[in-house]
Amino acid sequence: MRWLLLKDLQILWRSKLLLGLLIVYPIAIATLMGFALSSGPEKPRVAFLNEVPENRGTIRLGSQKLDIKTYTNTLFTAIDRVAVENRDEALQKVRSGAVLAALIIPPDFTQKLSNSGFSGASVEVVYNGDALKQSFVRSTISSKLAQADAALAKAVNKLGSGYIDVILEGGQLDILGTQLKILGLERSKTAIDRVMADSPSAATRRRLGPVQNFAELAVANAGRAKDLLDTVEKPVAVTETVLSGRRTPLDTFAVAVAVTVSLMFVCVLLASGLLALEREENTFSRLARGLVTGGRLLAEKIVLAAACAFAVSLTMLIGVSLFVPLDWSRAGLWVIALAGGSLAFAALGVAIGSLAREVRAASLLAFLLSLPLAFLALVPSGGVSPLLYDVIQVISAIFPFKPSLDAVNAAVNSSQPGVLQSLAHLAVLVVAFGTAARLGLRRFVQ
Amino acid sequence: MGRDTAEAVASEAPSLIVRGLRKCFGERVAVRDVSFEVKRGELLAIIGPNGAGKTTLLSMLAGIRVPDDGTVRQQGPNADRRIGWVPQQTAVYSKLTVAQNLRLFARLEKVEDLDAVVERMLEQTALSERADDELGSLSGGNRQRVNIAVGLLADPPVLLLDEPSGALDPRQRQRLWSFITSLTDRGTSVLFATHDISEAERHAHRVLVLADGELLFNGSPAELHAVSGEAPGVDMEQAFVAFLATKGH
Repeated sequence: MRWLLLKDLQILWRSKLLLGLLIVYPIAIATLMGFALSSGPEKPRVAFLNEVPENRGTIRLGSQKLDIKTYTNTLFTAIDRVAVENRDEALQKVRSGAVLAALIIPPDFTQKLSNSGFSGASVEVVYNGDALKQSFVRSTISSKLAQADAALAKAVNKLGSGYIDVILEGGQLDILGTQLKILGLERSKTAIDRVMADSPSAATRRRLGPVQNFAELAVANAGRAKDLLDTVEKPVAVTETVLSGRRTPLDTFAVAVAVTVSLMFVCVLLASGLLALEREENTFSRLARGLVTGGRLLAEKIVLAAACAFAVSLTMLIGVSLFVPLDWSRAGLWVIALAGGSLAFAALGVAIGSLAREVRAASLLAFLLSLPLAFLALVPSGGVSPLLYDVIQVISAIFPFKPSLDAVNAAVNSSQPGVLQSLAHLAVLVVAFGTAARLGLRRFVQ
Repeated sequence: MGRDTAEAVASEAPSLIVRGLRKCFGERVAVRDVSFEVKRGELLAIIGPNGAGKTTLLSMLAGIRVPDDGTVRQQGPNADRRIGWVPQQTAVYSKLTVAQNLRLFARLEKVEDLDAVVERMLEQTALSERADDELGSLSGGNRQRVNIAVGLLADPPVLLLDEPSGALDPRQRQRLWSFITSLTDRGTSVLFATHDISEAERHAHRVLVLADGELLFNGSPAELHAVSGEAPGVDMEQAFVAFLATKGH
């Protein structure tokens, strides 16, 4: 048995590519999963801009003052704050992907809270990117905004409850710095009851009767106002701004992702397998002696794989439209985006196929390469460090998944970057991978 | 009888002229300035030890590999046609039927009367009854027959075979050589690479001995025997080994 063990180890040692994959692949996947699990929604990097002037940092509610920091500190516990000087800098950081979003507190924030009874105050959340990022922003930032709102509402409640207690039971009330003594509804009712008990004249009884009824009703129901105050949950509204494109529903973005993933697997597996088959069957040497040029052979594989994957993904998109409402007026763009994506994936497929000696190896290689690329393309900006995000962007840009997803997403959801820009990117990748495959074919006859 | 006829035909002008052919893989010289000619209807064996450069030489003649130096030129009737190539390992599609394989390669070779040529090749390889069988279901010998048939589809003036009888049983080998002899009788020049020295002695008009990419001998089997220094009754394989030894291989 030990000799068999030794033999297998020797074979493994000589299979450098397989050995490299066995080591590198789990590390790459583990790293990706690590990023996904450790650096996601916990503390997204958010640019923060407080436009409220220094001297207006408090919210005045009657005699009470609330510092705006009461509100913002709740937010800062939830985000990795990146301080910015002005709105332009905030927008630039969102555009570049350095931060996931920007949170802007407008200059009139405290003024509106103080004056308008919580109906006009708002904060602005600015974000960019695809529906996944938009959803990520909404689910993390907005939930933290809701927490901050709740904290503010609690302070408002406490203040409002104090006022109601004074109106009900009587006491001192501060109105614009002036201390007023309030009798209170309960004492007012007691006083009226006493007057009525002293048997006043019929005319007096007639005049005081409605006042006595009001006081009775007010005492009985004023406590319910406190319950109503508890329903004040969102004193501050959130204004969402998308820098480019439009807000994309998560379900239609999921359609774009699902279709692109299907397109990728069908195309890459088929193209790589078709080319590797020529080597496995030894037919390349026969074809290469002038029957078919290398370029024509690659073009045939690319066109066939792309056509099959295109048909599958378009059928899938049409099928999905039965369940998820899609804009059929953009069907022409679906076709163009899917065609561009399928050609680029097929070019990647033949490049992979040119590295493998047999169909099974090509399929395995295609699968191992495709899966992490899809993962990488879906990592949101701000979810990882800026440097790592830049690296991910570069890697995603040199493989077809990201531009294909952008093209399909733009075709389905009218998102940014647009279809044409993504198609130009895909065209460059078709040429690059086609050239790589052409060079790889040289290995076929060695 | 076929051999005599072929020798008569082979007296004509060369159909293939090879001059100074050279191929290197990195530092290693696989084929070193090889020059020879093949006459019309001649059956030429390329023999040599493993790694001598036989397959590399044939693949350059077939146009699969580009030589680093030297020329390969066809001349005579049908010189514009491609050189026929039968690789050592079967180079056909195992998921296609015999007829589909022949039809595909006939189309790629741009043969004129497609159906007639496919029918003829099925008859010549005695595979008419298996025409609709998937190639993967055939025996190794039958696959090799289809492999050879594909190389002959365009009726090439020069045919190259790399270890053609390796996968065949004695009966199939005999049928193969009979078939090849019929080709040379019709004027086709045939070059084949082989390890089997006795096969070269039995069938070839002329042998080329390659060792480490160098052409050591170009002559008839009888001449090779003579230059080996071995006694006339000695086995050809022994004479070949002795010859290599005299050349330092």
